[in-house]
Amino acid sequence: MSMNVGEALPELRVTPDKYLPHRYAGASGDFNPIHIDEEFARAVGLPRTILHGLYGMGLTAKANAALADGDPRALKRLKVQFRGMGFPEQEIVVSGTVKSIDGDRVVVDTIAKQGDTELIKNAEAELRL
Amino acid sequence: MPVKTDAVGKEWPSTTYQVGREKIREYANALGIDNSVHLDVEAARAAGFRDVVAPPMFAVVYSSPAMAPAMFDPDVAMNFAAMVHGGQEFEWDEPACSGDEITTTAKCVSIEEKDGKGFYVFETNSVNQDGAQVARGTWTLIVRGV
Repeated sequence: MSMNVGEALPELRVTPDKYLPHRYAGASGDFNPIHIDEEFARAVGLPRTILHGLYGMGLTAKANAALADGDPRALKRLKVQFRGMGFPEQEIVVSGTVKSIDGDRVVVDTIAKQGDTELIKNAEAELRL
Repeated sequence: MPVKTDAVGKEWPSTTYQVGREKIREYANALGIDNSVHLDVEAARAAGFRDVVAPPMFAVVYSSPAMAPAMFDPDVAMNFAAMVHGGQEFEWDEPACSGDEITTTAKCVSIEEKDGKGFYVFETNSVNQDGAQVARGTWTLIVRGV
């Protein structure tokens, strides 16, 4: 695959439905009630249940895998910082830019946003393409 | 109050996770990942995998159980009510496929205080039944107001 520094990652847009955190909890084993129990979330001062940060990281990995047609062997490293809270029923946009290319190794700067809120910032994905 | 640093360097007993087809499918479906190598054994074999292959971030599924005893260890003494997952890194080598038995060991690499926050950094190392490196994780947990 021919790529250039500065090239954009194909944008990934996903709107997690109301029950996505329940499905992600089951899939991942992370049943922290702040993700699945409205009453609990409000009791600890959150506006409502929030998305799992690692779900956002999973979407970040998925967006980068698209550069290799979804080949799970391509992603060799992914480093993220979790920032703002994400909520169900609001669109998430994952975007990125190719930062460097060294032989078959491509590094992509990636970000996941929901409106103006950065869910994941300073994400760096390293792929072998 | 300064953070307790007794746990730096500590390793916890490893955990072993058996990777299964339906668990991979469940994870892929939750993420909306529809590449057939994650869902269909014939497609996975045609692409050169032993069996249905896990998406890379399935690493959280097989490595998290090793993190639980680390996070709840009194030597670490984290205040969970004020804890957030600040950052995460994974590095991948051998893909994880259905049928694999993946053994993960967790270690505390640093505990530091910065701007009134405690930064707890752990590493997990995951190897498969053949001893091949599958994934290495770096987990940064931040506790506000230590």
